[in-house]
Amino acid sequence: MIRVSIHTEAFDIAAEAAMLERLGVGAVATFTGIVRADDGVTAIELEHYPGMTEASLSDICEEALQRWGLAGCTIIHRVGRMEVGEPIVLVLAAAAHRAAALEACAYLIDRLKTDAPFWKKEYRDADAVWVEAKASDTQRATRWD
Amino acid sequence: MRLVYFARVREALGRDVEDIDFPGKVQTVAEALDWLASQSPSHAEAFADRSKLRFALDQRMVKADAAISGASEFAIFPPVTGG
Repeated sequence: MIRVSIHTEAFDIAAEAAMLERLGVGAVATFTGIVRADDGVTAIELEHYPGMTEASLSDICEEALQRWGLAGCTIIHRVGRMEVGEPIVLVLAAAAHRAAALEACAYLIDRLKTDAPFWKKEYRDADAVWVEAKASDTQRATRWD
Repeated sequence: MRLVYFARVREALGRDVEDIDFPGKVQTVAEALDWLASQSPSHAEAFADRSKLRFALDQRMVKADAAISGASEFAIFPPVTGG
């Protein structure tokens, strides 16, 4: 079971987890990314490439499903403006055992960061700056190659 | 061919989409960027640092040496920063 969703409103972690729990496979790993109060950041804004984003997230899920034999995986990513402390992204992986669920969850968020067409702008009050891609994110993603 | 721009590239060009008929000699992504840059100063500026650009043809990521022929949508954007 693959579930991918991109939208502006907040997501319901418990409801998303419950969908995978009902599969009855033994382990569900969850990762939530939150807007960080980095050196004066007050809010962020996320832009994406409609169509390509959904396809890219589905590809990443498909890959994880095959590689770890997952029963299901879910990626929910918000777009638009979000304030400090608000959730941005939710990744879930369901597997028979914890190792596969935890590893797949890490894989999904690492790959999302380097492959999915999202762009983040940081606001410090009225100042807006596009976030530069981090070499450390690319480095992390290569460990799955 | 429909060109679509995102994030910093979109803001630098002041538009998110434009329709361009490339001349026949323009065959790759890199050649398309060179040609666009020769047509307008704003494109030249937006495409100046190629290391900060990524490309997709019909919503599939490609390298700068990819052939553009046959594609209907050509996207130009900065390296991605989601999550």
